[in-house]
Amino acid sequence: MEFTRRSAIVMGAGAFAALALPKLAVAAAGEDAIAAFTGGADLADTGVTLTAPEIAENGNTVPIEVDAPGATEIMVLAMGNPTPGVATFGFGPLAGSQHASTRIRLAGTQDVVAIAKLADGSFAKASSTVKVTIGGCGG
Amino acid sequence: MISRRDFLQASMAATALYGASSFGNWGKLAAQQALTQDKLLEFDTFGNVSLIHITDIHAQLKPIYFREPSINIGVGDNKGAVPHITGADFRKLYGIDDGSHSAYALTYNDFASLAQGYGKMGGLDRVSTVINQIRADRPDALLLDGGDTWHGSYTCYQTQGQDMVNVMNALKPDAMTFHWEFTLGSDRVNEIVEGLPFAALGQNIFDAEWDEPTELFPPYKFFESGGVKVAVIGQAFPYMPIANPGWMFPEYTFGIRDERMQEMVNEVRAKGAELVVCLSHNGFDVDKQMAGAVTGIDVILSGHTHDALPEPVLVGDTIIVASGSNGKFVSRVDLDVQNGRMMGFRHKLIPIFSDVITPDKAITTLIDEQRAPYAEQLSEVIGKTADDTLLYRRGNFNGSWDDLICDALLSEREADIALSPGVRWGPSILPGQDITREDIWNVTSMTYPEAYRTEMTGEFLHVVLEDVADNLFNPNPYYQQGGDMVRTGGLGYRIDVTKPQGSRITEMTLLKTGELIDPAKTYQVAGWASVNQGTEGPPIWDVVESHIRKLGTVSLAENTSVTVDGV
Repeated sequence: MEFTRRSAIVMGAGAFAALALPKLAVAAAGEDAIAAFTGGADLADTGVTLTAPEIAENGNTVPIEVDAPGATEIMVLAMGNPTPGVATFGFGPLAGSQHASTRIRLAGTQDVVAIAKLADGSFAKASSTVKVTIGGCGG
Repeated sequence: MISRRDFLQASMAATALYGASSFGNWGKLAAQQALTQDKLLEFDTFGNVSLIHITDIHAQLKPIYFREPSINIGVGDNKGAVPHITGADFRKLYGIDDGSHSAYALTYNDFASLAQGYGKMGGLDRVSTVINQIRADRPDALLLDGGDTWHGSYTCYQTQGQDMVNVMNALKPDAMTFHWEFTLGSDRVNEIVEGLPFAALGQNIFDAEWDEPTELFPPYKFFESGGVKVAVIGQAFPYMPIANPGWMFPEYTFGIRDERMQEMVNEVRAKGAELVVCLSHNGFDVDKQMAGAVTGIDVILSGHTHDALPEPVLVGDTIIVASGSNGKFVSRVDLDVQNGRMMGFRHKLIPIFSDVITPDKAITTLIDEQRAPYAEQLSEVIGKTADDTLLYRRGNFNGSWDDLICDALLSEREADIALSPGVRWGPSILPGQDITREDIWNVTSMTYPEAYRTEMTGEFLHVVLEDVADNLFNPNPYYQQGGDMVRTGGLGYRIDVTKPQGSRITEMTLLKTGELIDPAKTYQVAGWASVNQGTEGPPIWDVVESHIRKLGTVSLAENTSVTVDGV
């Protein structure tokens, strides 16, 4: 058998490294990063759109998109990763749109968060749970 | 409101549906008189558009027995909602009499004895007769295939789907969407689709490298029907590379992509669509959620979860039609579309009773031609079922076919524990019936059949069960994959379906010793249908055939190894 315990098993490969992580500490790291970015300002729940798959086909490369009209910066965080910070996109005054897409690595099922800093100095947040699974059984 | 006995008809208002089901008398009426083809197909043509929906045939060219599930638990908002209602509750909801032909077709109770009376169901030659009659009423009726068509039998495997392609092409579908078809491998799928004489649709089928739409699978197609401009948007199974081996079709990526579905609806409306139909392989609960998230879809023809519903379900202004599996049913939906709006519908879930509906001889001949080269292999009798044993698959946690497969894995592969995938396809075998090689392939045929044997710790087994359980019982349907729970042999457990992932499964027990599973201990595990490339082992059908030969007569005790809480 070419199975290894890591790449195993019944119906799929998954990134189970996350199981061993101290989740509370990681969550706090994400919250700290948000606080540092926003200075503790209130976060509106409209104004930024985050598009991510509900279930990742491959946790090592998960396509995401963020879109926040009028934003000067958009920060993306993978709240359950050992290092939650993914990227911060900056948009200059000549930017035609405030939109970015990339692929990110997720250590397990977790929330992906996008925070936009708008031109007036306010902030908006969007969040999406992405499930990283070892697979199921197709009906 | 017209209220014919065996139709559901209703009119749409701005936001509400008027009228109610009149399904109630159907079963009673039928019980009082012999079933006839005319009665099964009776339908007063309505409105100006007709849709014919068939889905999840799983390569069943010939009539079969297929027992519906006894357990189909809904969670979250879908607790107690159709299709999560079975047996007597289902019959009560739809006013179906015990022992009636509808009871046999739609519920599980007394299946073996009712099957003796009502006979097999399905067969694409009978389906053809039904389609022809609908087309006689309405020549430009649209025939829409929801997918899982080119998978699931001996001949389909041997011909790499060509038998199904040949027969379905003769039925002249207008469009199709996909799931298991992709497990033929992308080269073969591309080859077939390039030659298809109808539309291969999937707004959520994307190129994996660039994450952009493909040319081979357009999102939608326009049809002119009854003077109405109809747009059919395809929605393939969203989780193919997760539930099935992604390495077999690495060029493709999927997902629900309901934002794009909304864009496509807006696009076809802007192009003048008066009726928007979504041909979906999402699964029923996902379709319900999508109908709530996307506005402007008139009809969702729902596949994947194999639910057969005698009435559409309404979400907002969208009707959702579920047409069963394995060729057992065809849905006819007639629609009245005026000034770009669906004003009303008439619907019938037509059960394909194979002894009642006359086969279309041309299609019978075509089917027999596909099967002829394999006649000897198909018909070889391997064993039989005992008089007390019905082999079936459907149910959230186990089915007797899977119990037999797990027994075969434990015995033939000398394992402590067996795992078998919770798929929903595969016909049933009645008590006292011969089991042929074809029957075994009908419940095992796939392109990744290797029966592996490996070691797993108790901790990892728990992770596996929790992971699969969340695919079934996550309260958000968008996080479900539409299969059933992985079947276990030699392993019992307790499950609370209301708990979050990680805490649903408790009391995992090694059945042969009665001891609790030790997280740190290693167990010998046999299974099949791994999605991992490079999996080694004999094909599962050989394992099962060898086991049944040794048994001769298959007799299975009731499986009580799973205790379910939170229902």
